[in-house]
Amino acid sequence: MSTYELRCRECGKTWASQPRNYCEDCFSPLEITYDYDSIRKTVSHELFASRAPNIWRYRELLPLPAGYQPSLPVGYTPLVSAPRLGEKIGSRRLCIKNDAVCLPTLSFKDRVVAVALANARSFGFDTVACSSTGNLANSVAAQAAREGFKAWIFIPSDLEPAKILGTQVFGAELVRINGSYDHVNRLCSQIADEHRWGFVNVNLRPYYSEGSKTVGYEIAEQLGWRLPDNVVVPMAGGSLITKIKKAFDELVLLGLVDPKPVKFFGAQASGCSPISTAVKQYSTEIEPQRPKTIARSLAIGNPADGPYAIKAITKSGGWSEDVSDTEVVESIQLLAESEGIFTETAGGVTLGVARKLIHQDRILPDETTVLCITGNGLKTTDVLADAYQAETPIAPKLVEFEAYLARKLSKSEIFAGETPALPLASKSTVFAAEA
Amino acid sequence: MSITVQIPTPFRRLTAGTPTIDCTASNLNDLFAALDQQFPDLKPHLHDEAGEARRFLNIYVNEEDIRFLGGASYAFQDGDEVLLVPSIAGGAN
Repeated sequence: MSTYELRCRECGKTWASQPRNYCEDCFSPLEITYDYDSIRKTVSHELFASRAPNIWRYRELLPLPAGYQPSLPVGYTPLVSAPRLGEKIGSRRLCIKNDAVCLPTLSFKDRVVAVALANARSFGFDTVACSSTGNLANSVAAQAAREGFKAWIFIPSDLEPAKILGTQVFGAELVRINGSYDHVNRLCSQIADEHRWGFVNVNLRPYYSEGSKTVGYEIAEQLGWRLPDNVVVPMAGGSLITKIKKAFDELVLLGLVDPKPVKFFGAQASGCSPISTAVKQYSTEIEPQRPKTIARSLAIGNPADGPYAIKAITKSGGWSEDVSDTEVVESIQLLAESEGIFTETAGGVTLGVARKLIHQDRILPDETTVLCITGNGLKTTDVLADAYQAETPIAPKLVEFEAYLARKLSKSEIFAGETPALPLASKSTVFAAEA
Repeated sequence: MSITVQIPTPFRRLTAGTPTIDCTASNLNDLFAALDQQFPDLKPHLHDEAGEARRFLNIYVNEEDIRFLGGASYAFQDGDEVLLVPSIAGGAN
């Protein structure tokens, strides 16, 4: 017997598992609900720990067809403490959930696509499709190739070259649309009406979005089956933040973690901030925006899960902020230089917002805070094009290098004399002198 | 003056299968009134008692979200194509 079904998020009507994303009575979105009483009897820390480190270890909590045999080790990315970054931004218990190294395509979208495609097969689709701002395109294309589906991918025409190439290489049909993601998305909802394809974020959306919960399960398990105090999550359509919350709530319900308050903080780019704007205005409704930001993976002006994201944030006692494109680039560099993690623009948004929230005392230094880094910097190198110059090459001679080194050192001494590199570093020097 | 309204597949159950209608509505409230009259079963899915469009209903005029055009205050132009999209899928990063 199946332990899950589809339920309307507004009127509560239920359906057996099928490719459907809206309620036929009230046209509201659907989501998966589970028979938690039966799941509680089977799951345990030991059961999960006995399985391979990937998202399938939580299979009882995912909507998977009976007997599904996964072929890809997706997820279970590192949760690393970030002491150097924490010292710079004012957090003593800072962790990074690093989905920049999620497999197979280096973003958290691999999680959602894996769950969607598991169901696409059992629903009888031979073609899968999506509208995407890039990372989803890469992941659908790659996993479709691996699983033997045909793939149709729809993207706004101005995407980063690496994300376009990283879709085409897998042999997917790539359709570039003149318009924003919101135009692409609307077109896809019309195409999904006409063609019997498995659109991962249209008719397979309830399955797809459940894959995001695995970020939450992993954070809890990697913290030793404890929940953090704060989670900072980037928001595009707003689904991920609600699904991490659902994951934590489920773990509490199943007795796998102790109940505790967790504050959810949503991060957006100022150039596309319909959700953070609503939160900051204490509104429960989304005003759509025309996106204008380098954080193109987050450039959704009319976020489908916006109202649910607002609710998750405000009910938890969290908050939402947004940062400028300049802050996004600075934060990408700060994360890379402090922790050796190269994230894409969405990660710059997350860290930039976290700095702001710490500055606002909404996140306190001794709280356990997890930053969700959801994508890889190698896909958005274009935003760093102006940040670094190629040095003039030198001859392969030791004397040349010594001269080069002398030039470098004298330069850095001059700069050091002018301004301290980081305000916090100069502060700690002051404290050292006092001691 | 005439505009064309596209009825999406999920709504056609409530419009006896009608995929498009032509009407002479001059603004969104007019359009709702015309649709309410022609398809009474569709009415509760379009707007609330105060005439506000439902949260999960997106309305486009010639590819543009009507909210960017002024929403209820937008005056339809002759030949406008109006598209209703319920519960739009989205949120794909």
